Amino acid sequence: MHVPDGFINAPVSAATGALAATAVAVSLRGARRELAGTGQGGGGAERTAPLAGLVAAFIFAVQMLNFPVAAGTSGHLLGGALAAILVGPYTGVLCVSVVLLMQGVLFADGGLTALGVNITDMAIVTTVVAYALFRGLVKVLPRRRRSVTVASFVAALVSVPAAAVAFTGMYALGGTADVSIGKVFTAMVGVHVLIGMGEAVITALTVGAVMAVRPDLVYGARGLARPLELRTSPLTAPASAPASAPAPAAAAEPVPATAAKPVTPTPAAAPRRSVRKVWLAGLAAALVCAGGISYYASASPDGLEKVAHDQGIDKNTKKHATEDSPLAGYSVKDIGNARLAGGLAGVIGVGATLAVGTGVFVVLRRRKAEGAAPAAGVAGERA
Amino acid sequence: MGAGHAHKLYRHGHSPVHALPPHCKIAAVFCFVLIVVSTPREAVWAFGLYAVLIAAVAGVARIPAGFLLKRLLIEVPFVAFAVLMPFVAEGPRVQVGWLSLSVSGLWGAWNILAKGTLGVAASVLLASTTELRELLLGLQRLRMPPLLVQIASFMIRYGDVITDEMRRMRIARLSRGFEARGVRHWGVLAKSAGALFIRSYERGERVHLAMVSRGYTGTMPVLSDAAAGRAQWTRAALLPLSALAVCLLGWTL
Repeated sequence: MHVPDGFINAPVSAATGALAATAVAVSLRGARRELAGTGQGGGGAERTAPLAGLVAAFIFAVQMLNFPVAAGTSGHLLGGALAAILVGPYTGVLCVSVVLLMQGVLFADGGLTALGVNITDMAIVTTVVAYALFRGLVKVLPRRRRSVTVASFVAALVSVPAAAVAFTGMYALGGTADVSIGKVFTAMVGVHVLIGMGEAVITALTVGAVMAVRPDLVYGARGLARPLELRTSPLTAPASAPASAPAPAAAAEPVPATAAKPVTPTPAAAPRRSVRKVWLAGLAAALVCAGGISYYASASPDGLEKVAHDQGIDKNTKKHATEDSPLAGYSVKDIGNARLAGGLAGVIGVGATLAVGTGVFVVLRRRKAEGAAPAAGVAGERA
Repeated sequence: MGAGHAHKLYRHGHSPVHALPPHCKIAAVFCFVLIVVSTPREAVWAFGLYAVLIAAVAGVARIPAGFLLKRLLIEVPFVAFAVLMPFVAEGPRVQVGWLSLSVSGLWGAWNILAKGTLGVAASVLLASTTELRELLLGLQRLRMPPLLVQIASFMIRYGDVITDEMRRMRIARLSRGFEARGVRHWGVLAKSAGALFIRSYERGERVHLAMVSRGYTGTMPVLSDAAAGRAQWTRAALLPLSALAVCLLGWTL
């Protein structure tokens, strides 16, 4: 996806160049903060250059690691999402930008004047989108190792098509070729959804592998690690029983090494996240996605519909059985604004899915409860 | 880390182009590409003249044509895109043989091919006549933030180390009978990538500590700050100036 010279016109190239320069300047500041905090010693700003440089070298190397897909074909990692999750968004932007810069200057991969376009597209958009999604998901999902993997999967999955959308946007503003935006959009997003799938699987597996060995290195999961809890067996505890009185408070905070008093294991000391809050957040996210994003997406017909329309296939197709249903074609009838209708249909769809899903869940739960209850009930009747 | 780390892209020589200070060369190449990009695509002959200019510079630098052409292959993915363009673009169509091609699509394909190829050729010339370290020093003299230059230089310096580490992992996998054939083997490869990340990061920490123990405070000492003289700037400006003349002719004719 390295854009060569002459693909995007000069004004847009200059504008994206300015944007890229600003973003790199901002992330130079941010990276100092991100890289200073970890590890022993906790050095200052002078840690930035060696660490960011080595991470950039890692991204450069990992882009050469081939993942065979099927006979003959193989793909490789793009690395924006991975960098954001492993070392933080600022360092991620910085490292991917440096990799792109070196690829442009040394390997002539991506034009010199298109450097701004390339950095904006592949370093900034992927990293920022991936990290924002990742943080949001990690907040919403339960605090477990698995949810970090799931969050990185989704973040990487979305980040690649997001870059494709950004590229289409830049093309719409300053493309020199005369291909309609719809076609570019369909082709780019279609291909990159596929690429995103591979990227997502590889990123999730890689993050999982790092989490298993050095969870402290994964920047995105830094707040998630449980503070170490000092447990002693109850046999040795009684001697200092009075000292362990403030245990509930201590369990929630990181136990300082010097104050290593025996803390009796207190169940449920960690605040249990309320299920309702998670559920509501998920619902809100789904509604926003369905309503907001389809507001923009539904303006142009999707790939298959468009191809069908172009080729005149759709003249021969029979009318769909639910053509007259109020949600046919994913837009609500009798609402003039096509986009608004699409968004509304999305919201209604989420609502319906949710209702069905909750119904199934409630039924299952009741059956489970009933399975336990009869035993007691039967026993009661016998008596 | 000093000698022996010349990258494969660099071609050693003693030509006048090699002798130019790196920042003059970078500025010249950048201006040249900028001028090429802003040339109207209808001026077909102008691109021919640009190609002649590039060939002349390559001749002065004594870079063989085969070397240059082989490095141009990096552009192939976008060439594929450009070849597709006449078929998908809109507008009036023209009949070539049995194919119906879009006129504006043909122009677009030509535009991308010509400008992209010239841009790639110019950067290849730059990379093959300038050493890596000099390139980075040149970027620093062109007011790129020093921290960014340091990061880039660490990346270049340790790029080979990390790549070698990856190669050793691959050999270790191979010698244990592993062969990645499909999606099912991604788990193993991803674990390698994870291990590679941990090793790179930890190496970064060690490098930092080693540097701190040798008195590193966050800035690199400048060893040689040879500013370019007027004669050198003039020589470097020959390429973009002649390109500018061609470009102006292209706009007026």
